Amino acid sequence: MSAKPATGSAIRTLVGMAAANALGITLDPIDETTMVVNMGPQHPSTHGVLRLVMELDGETIVRCTPHIGYVHTGIEKTGEYQTYMKAVTITDRMDYLSAHINNLAYTLAVEKLLGIEIPPRAQALRVMLSEIQRIASHLVWLATHALDIGAMTAYFYAFRDREKLLDLTEMMSGVRLMPSWIVPGGLRGDAPEGWFERCAAVVDELPMRFGEYETLLDQNPIWRERTQGVGCITVDECLNLGVSGPTLRASGLAYDVRKVAPYCGFERYDFHVPVGTFGDVYDRYRVRLAEMRQSREILKQAIETMPDGPVRVGDRKVAPPPRAELDTSMEALIHHFKLWTEGIRPPAGEAYVPVESPKGEIGFYLVSDGSNKPWRMHERPPSFMNLQALPRLCQGRLIADVVAIIGSIDIVLGEIDR
Amino acid sequence: MVIPNISLGPFTLVDVLPYVALVTILGVILLATPFLVWYERVALALIQDRLGPNRVGPRGLLQAFADGIKLFLKEDIRPSAVDATIYYAAPVLMMIPALAACAVLPVADLRIDMGGGRIESVPFVVGNVNIGILYLLGLTSLQVYGIVLAGWASNNKYSLMGGLRSSAQTISYELSMTMAVLTGVLISGSTNMVEIVRSQAGTVADWNIAKFLPLGFIATVVYLIAMVAETNRAPFDLPEAESELVAGFHTEYSSMKFAMFFMCEYASMLVISGVATALWFGGWNSPHPALNFVPGFVWFILKVVAFVMVYVWVRATLPRLRYDALMALGWKRLLPIALAALVLTATWDAVRTPADKKSGWPVIEAPHDADKPAARASNAR
Repeated sequence: MSAKPATGSAIRTLVGMAAANALGITLDPIDETTMVVNMGPQHPSTHGVLRLVMELDGETIVRCTPHIGYVHTGIEKTGEYQTYMKAVTITDRMDYLSAHINNLAYTLAVEKLLGIEIPPRAQALRVMLSEIQRIASHLVWLATHALDIGAMTAYFYAFRDREKLLDLTEMMSGVRLMPSWIVPGGLRGDAPEGWFERCAAVVDELPMRFGEYETLLDQNPIWRERTQGVGCITVDECLNLGVSGPTLRASGLAYDVRKVAPYCGFERYDFHVPVGTFGDVYDRYRVRLAEMRQSREILKQAIETMPDGPVRVGDRKVAPPPRAELDTSMEALIHHFKLWTEGIRPPAGEAYVPVESPKGEIGFYLVSDGSNKPWRMHERPPSFMNLQALPRLCQGRLIADVVAIIGSIDIVLGEIDR
Repeated sequence: MVIPNISLGPFTLVDVLPYVALVTILGVILLATPFLVWYERVALALIQDRLGPNRVGPRGLLQAFADGIKLFLKEDIRPSAVDATIYYAAPVLMMIPALAACAVLPVADLRIDMGGGRIESVPFVVGNVNIGILYLLGLTSLQVYGIVLAGWASNNKYSLMGGLRSSAQTISYELSMTMAVLTGVLISGSTNMVEIVRSQAGTVADWNIAKFLPLGFIATVVYLIAMVAETNRAPFDLPEAESELVAGFHTEYSSMKFAMFFMCEYASMLVISGVATALWFGGWNSPHPALNFVPGFVWFILKVVAFVMVYVWVRATLPRLRYDALMALGWKRLLPIALAALVLTATWDAVRTPADKKSGWPVIEAPHDADKPAARASNAR
């Protein structure tokens, strides 16, 4: 026992290094003048549990490696053990800031498998819900992005206005964040009385609020100095990395799924696809603000042209019969029983429907083997693709730019890790 | 209002006045900190369209005390890898200059009946020293040692970066601030804080901000920007930039050591605001002789509170500057402007003062000189 026992910290270091090597993380700096800094997974501005291992030369970033997986909960695998109707609720949990749009992307894939067409009123309400959700999600992006850059008042303003949009979701579904209101076959229910009036009031108020944010941020030289020319990316680089959504459009390509592959009747609404020029943080900010205005236009048109009719398909194999029918119709009772015990049984096949989420192109790839559960469920997570651009965007920038860039690509770790 | 020079045993009121001032000013600054925190939070809430603290005590006034008690009862954690001596000394090193700086803050001018109908103006200040403004500049630059050492001793990369940022920032802005202060000294013709304030008696037009227009005004603006940078407040809060460096130099500090950094920030905010008031905005002087019935210390406090409001307002409005922009602003814009203002003020002063009226500069005179009014008259331009 002559050997000196290893101290606690030495053991911790060894274990830490072994773990790091197993994960392929190099914590050793390239040369002696640089310093490796670990940012996250617990850090105020990595938007969740993103971990960045950054090598710094002074405050300049030489190398930046994102590490993900800290909130991996196996959502896709869980989906394969749920019936088609039940799996809707877990799609909310992926990108928790745009739950309606996640529901929609999943639902459209299931409906493609089933080969059904949903009623026009349900389509229009889906458009409204997804645009409400888009504005709400962009408001959270604006709030956190501004807070990262140090403009704290914009944070409170944006969250104040997001409340009104969440109130609309709550009024319809009773839930603010995880509504699961868009389901295969239509919507769980129609809009309650007074919903459209309230929606119109919010829509009328929004332009004034957008103006407020612009006054606070856009006309501020510090804001422009912090965002212009920072984190530039070209269209080619975006396409190579699979980047989509506002990040891609800010680089100059007008790729919006609502325009190139319209779903839910988006072709019936008159709206523009805002694009940027330089693909920097400022352009991404401008594109998202312009998008909120366009979403508001869509909402306005949708309220005016809202058709009447049911919000669920009449197919009893997909949507349950109305409660009143159960008392008189034996068939209705059987359908109801079968739907809630077995669920939907789409024919064997595969389906993918792209949808424009606030982050980019989202879509669910579903493979059905004819049973009541998906054989395979896979999401194309826009945040995951967009995060791939981060090392490229951060290269050679200052550490203060990293938080601006992370904010500008608008990632949600729930969606990345799933 | 004339106060009789009452006798207190072997001493008179004038003799003990500096000690009274010491206890009062120190006590007020330390006691005002919790209310200042409340004031900031309520003002921020007003700007940000929310409620702010309203649970503890009437209108949430006791919130800061509750926070203080909470911090006091927290475990005092010392990370295993810190340099213990420096780690513990850093908050103290920061606190001492912040509190010592208030020694030369002239709060009010008291009219004291010295007996025999002789009424004299005696300043309510701890140390009426001739080099008051130099003392202040020296102490405010000492504060950076607290931050740098805290960042270094914490043995944390984020803290270290906070400390480095702070040292670079303070050195850069110290220069512009000194140039602006020197302009003020030239305008007033004295380095004694009390004399600086006295030279601004009269109306708003007699305050240093309105003299040598536009030079006085330019120097004031430079000083106001540099003072926010000196106190590491938003938008110059890079050393503790929450979204970048977690908490910067005080990431590893907990309990009362953290509370000391926190108090320091607010104490130096008060002191620097007090200096700005005395140097540019007439100190205890009222804006118009018609308002002279309001006691001087009320004006002083009102002006300081207004400055704190500006601090809060700026924090609520502006995003944080980036490191390189901060340096560019300090060296490429503020410093040349401050330097130009200083040179132009000096030239103007030299040209317009008749040769026979030129006095030695700086004015050195004993604070309690018997024939002081006469001495002042001879020094007047």
